[in-house]
Amino acid sequence: MALYSEKVMEHFRNPRNVGVIEDANGIGEVGNAKCGDIMKMYLKIEDDIIQDVKFETFGCGSAIASSSMATELIKGKPVAEAEKLTNQAVAEALDGLPAYKMHCSVLAEEAIHAALEDWRSREKSE
Amino acid sequence: MIYADNAATTKMSQAALDTMVSVIQGNYGNPSSLYSIGQQAKETLEEARAAVAGVIGAEPREILFTSGGSEADNQAIRSAAEIGRKAGKKHIVSTAFEHHAVLHTLEKLQKEGFEVTLLDVHEDGIVRPEEVEAAIREDTCLVTVMYANNEIGTIQPIREIGGICRKHGVLFHTDAVQAVGHIPIHVAEDRIDLLSASAHKFHGPKGVGFLYVRKGIRLTNLIEGGAQERGKRAGTENVPGIAAMATALKEAAERMKENAAKASLRRDRLIQGLGAIPHSALNGDAKQRLPGNVNFCFEGIEGESLLLLLDDKGIEASSGSACTSGSLDPSHVLLAIGRVHDVAHGSLRLSIEADLTEEDADYIIRSVTEVVEYLRSFSPIWRDLESGKKPHIL
Repeated sequence: MALYSEKVMEHFRNPRNVGVIEDANGIGEVGNAKCGDIMKMYLKIEDDIIQDVKFETFGCGSAIASSSMATELIKGKPVAEAEKLTNQAVAEALDGLPAYKMHCSVLAEEAIHAALEDWRSREKSE
Repeated sequence: MIYADNAATTKMSQAALDTMVSVIQGNYGNPSSLYSIGQQAKETLEEARAAVAGVIGAEPREILFTSGGSEADNQAIRSAAEIGRKAGKKHIVSTAFEHHAVLHTLEKLQKEGFEVTLLDVHEDGIVRPEEVEAAIREDTCLVTVMYANNEIGTIQPIREIGGICRKHGVLFHTDAVQAVGHIPIHVAEDRIDLLSASAHKFHGPKGVGFLYVRKGIRLTNLIEGGAQERGKRAGTENVPGIAAMATALKEAAERMKENAAKASLRRDRLIQGLGAIPHSALNGDAKQRLPGNVNFCFEGIEGESLLLLLDDKGIEASSGSACTSGSLDPSHVLLAIGRVHDVAHGSLRLSIEADLTEEDADYIIRSVTEVVEYLRSFSPIWRDLESGKKPHIL
């Protein structure tokens, strides 16, 4: 039995939306190096639509795959929809994660929410 | 495929496999039975005992066969603790980077009222004999220090520690699981009282090992039942496994010098090549280490990702990252030598054998360099380090 599903390995080997958005208007970073996982999400939001999303991740295979999948799930979607992203949705889209790796999908959800929050606070201050 | 995880387990040697199959097929008797095939099995068992004893400088009656290294560690420590308890001595000296078979047994003993001193292993991963001596008290009943560390491969000053323990009349146990069959060991000259070993670390089968117990030391049973192993380990003996272990150990001993020379040549090549990766560091002393052990930390990356991508390139290795240990903390060994969490997550252990070619070594160096660079390219930690937001540690 493999450690991860084919889908997880596929996203781990070919992660989508990797990198940085220089003119991002929402950035969220969660996790800490002590526990071995850090995710950073960059959003470019225009007219309440997520025009672009990129990520950087320090972490295990499932952390990288979860980041990749989370970006796919919200790219091009309205903010209202992205706000409803759950870790279960990320895990399901990856055809499941081992129980002790579920926290990776939680981290992906939190990273997206942190980036959306950052965007909202920037909107307010403008 | 390049298998570089021999510290986890080894492939059985052909000779050991042949022995095992032939015993299973033609020598299936119970050594406790009095008829011919039983006695034939008994003979095989005792031949194996003599062979194992011969390799480490012991007498055959000082070898107790077990299910492996963990059982041997448990029984050795439990027995020494029991001897201590009877004498009113309830203090044990060990080190911070022992195998969990030792550490968890010690934790249990602590709950039973024993006091345990875990010695520092310093940045080089080597215990200082004088610190062992300083830690020994009137009520110390046991010193247990591993022969060579399973993760970073550092070889401990066992002979000096053995001498100190003998001088103070304290029992000395060593978990030699990584050392037996790889480096020379002589229990009498090393002043060892109890020694644990496991067959599958030296090309023998899994599920079998042994405990060396110096004559006169009373063992406590972990398993009660029949009178096998001089009444100290019940259960019908694993004759095929034990015979195969003896074959593997004899073979390892015969080729030890040659194998160690070859493996350490490749080891040093790997250490040099991987050391060229920016912000990397070798874990443990460069010279006083097992011939086949290479262990590095790479800043800004996580070990499990590294292992998965190396696996894709046909390289099988291991890591001390939290994700590979199933807990939130990285390897206790790396923490014990002073690596901080951030860095300890990005570790790689390569445990090679003498058959690794120079081309293989160079391929490993190229592959690890590539993968580390790739993972750093989208690591937020690496970005912070490179932009100067955080200082480099390595």
